[in-house]
Amino acid sequence: MVENRPWLTVFSHVVLCLGVLVTALPIWIAFVASTHPADSMLSGRTPLLPGGNMLENYATVLGSGVKAAGSIPVGTMLWNSFVMALMIAVGKIAISIIAAYAIVYFRFPLRKTCFWVIFITLMLPVEVRILPTFGVVASLDMLNSYWGLSVPLIASATATFLFRQFFLTVPEELAEAARIDGAGPLKFFRDILLPLSRTNIAALFVILFIFGWNQYLWPLLVTTDEGFYTIVMGIQRMLQAEDAEPAWHEIMATSMLAMLPPVLVVVFMQRLFVKGLIEQEK
Amino acid sequence: MEKRVVFSKLGLPILLVAPQIVITLVFFIWPASQALYQSLLLEDAFGLKSQFVWLDNFIALFSDPHYLNSFARTVVFSAATAGLSLGVALFLAAMADRVLKGATAYRTLIVWPYAVAPAVAGVLWFFMFNPSIGILAYLLKGLGYDWNHYLDGTDAMMLVILAASWKQVSYNFLFFLAGLQAIPRSLVEAAAIDGARPFKRFWTIVFPLLSPTAFFLLVVNIVYAFFDTFGIVHATTSGGPAQSTTILVYKVFNDGFIGLDLGGSAAQSVVLMAVVITLTVFQFRYIERKVAY
Repeated sequence: MVENRPWLTVFSHVVLCLGVLVTALPIWIAFVASTHPADSMLSGRTPLLPGGNMLENYATVLGSGVKAAGSIPVGTMLWNSFVMALMIAVGKIAISIIAAYAIVYFRFPLRKTCFWVIFITLMLPVEVRILPTFGVVASLDMLNSYWGLSVPLIASATATFLFRQFFLTVPEELAEAARIDGAGPLKFFRDILLPLSRTNIAALFVILFIFGWNQYLWPLLVTTDEGFYTIVMGIQRMLQAEDAEPAWHEIMATSMLAMLPPVLVVVFMQRLFVKGLIEQEK
Repeated sequence: MEKRVVFSKLGLPILLVAPQIVITLVFFIWPASQALYQSLLLEDAFGLKSQFVWLDNFIALFSDPHYLNSFARTVVFSAATAGLSLGVALFLAAMADRVLKGATAYRTLIVWPYAVAPAVAGVLWFFMFNPSIGILAYLLKGLGYDWNHYLDGTDAMMLVILAASWKQVSYNFLFFLAGLQAIPRSLVEAAAIDGARPFKRFWTIVFPLLSPTAFFLLVVNIVYAFFDTFGIVHATTSGGPAQSTTILVYKVFNDGFIGLDLGGSAAQSVVLMAVVITLTVFQFRYIERKVAY
């Protein structure tokens, strides 16, 4: 920059530090609360520094769950969330990459129709069609199962579009060369297109894993069996399942555990995450 | 854009699109058309008989003060959430664009709430504002304000707005920062040489160039506030007190699953679909314009 304004630079740093502090405040408070015994919360004010009960609290929620909320161990809920997020991410990528491949590289009847059927799902978020979708899942006998948790969320226009855009930028010469060398469509897909899409797949996976992990309304509807509760919705049960004051130290410990996996993914795969986020919106 | 080189097979491509088409038809198109159909029916209290009533459900909906009230609250909620999170994010991004040292560190530290589920974000703020033990409620009491989101509708609304914005700032920040960094330095430097001060430079050069990003983010934020915030409301205030935080998505769920008013809930779904379609069309028109630049 051609000018030097030291005070403005200091001001920028101060503003950014404030922003970071406000961003981190809820997490710090939650972490502190999760390290205290139950009674230190009852004194009327949350403490500001961590207490000495961290291991006990986390061991309790992971192993035996919060009593007033039916005592499902949080470990089970973490596992359910993990399976659901993985199934959604892998499922979405798998079905949309092959659909995009078919739409870009083949000419077949009803190709345009297929494209529009996929496109229209952009306009139907799960929140606006919950009742009838619930009806479909119930009549297919998919309530309380991993399939019921994940399959209805799998169809995704955004992922298909992303792969379509990407395939359109792949040079024509590659397909020509593959054809001249006698490679069939499946071989071309497996040996050329898939390796080329590697970073796109990884970036999309990061975004979709977070999307799947953070699902709330859908698991709330399709799980009545406690064995299939996911952690994000489980927290709500802990808050509302009791008459007395909620067990805040245990709820906060559960919240920390619920945030940990997606936050770690964002922090450690930031480059992929940013790429995935920005490309998804193109 | 079309590929010139294509494979000419018939069975294979159909096999490849089939999984997505089947899932879309079963879990998207069919339920949505069901919602459309049901919104025209009136079922009796036991769900035994249903009667075709044309648009009566919609007429009932828009003459129901509760629904209109919920609509108004949703508008207030989304405007406040979008405004707050866009404003804060733009300010932070403009600052982060200026600093040379530590810009990546700041980005990491501001971006991560994106990964926090809306419901969890809601619970965190709910806890901090808890009237009896929450730290922020305690501070407010020290300032002479008696915060209680269990009783006061305005407090509850502010709570959900804060939680929703806190989570969304990260996303907006990322896009604003990318947009700011894409602006050619030479433009800003030329203005600086001509004697324009930072504030003037921002409003006359940077902000107009950033407006496509800002506009795109506005649409995304409205969609977020309309639909993704269900978890925040449901996990914390449950729409209360006295329906003061019953936003439209929450009302669809509540009337359909708790109240079992199928026709009314379906009509609400259809209204929401109309909202999404409008916003999507809006966004696509805008994206086309951006491509033509």
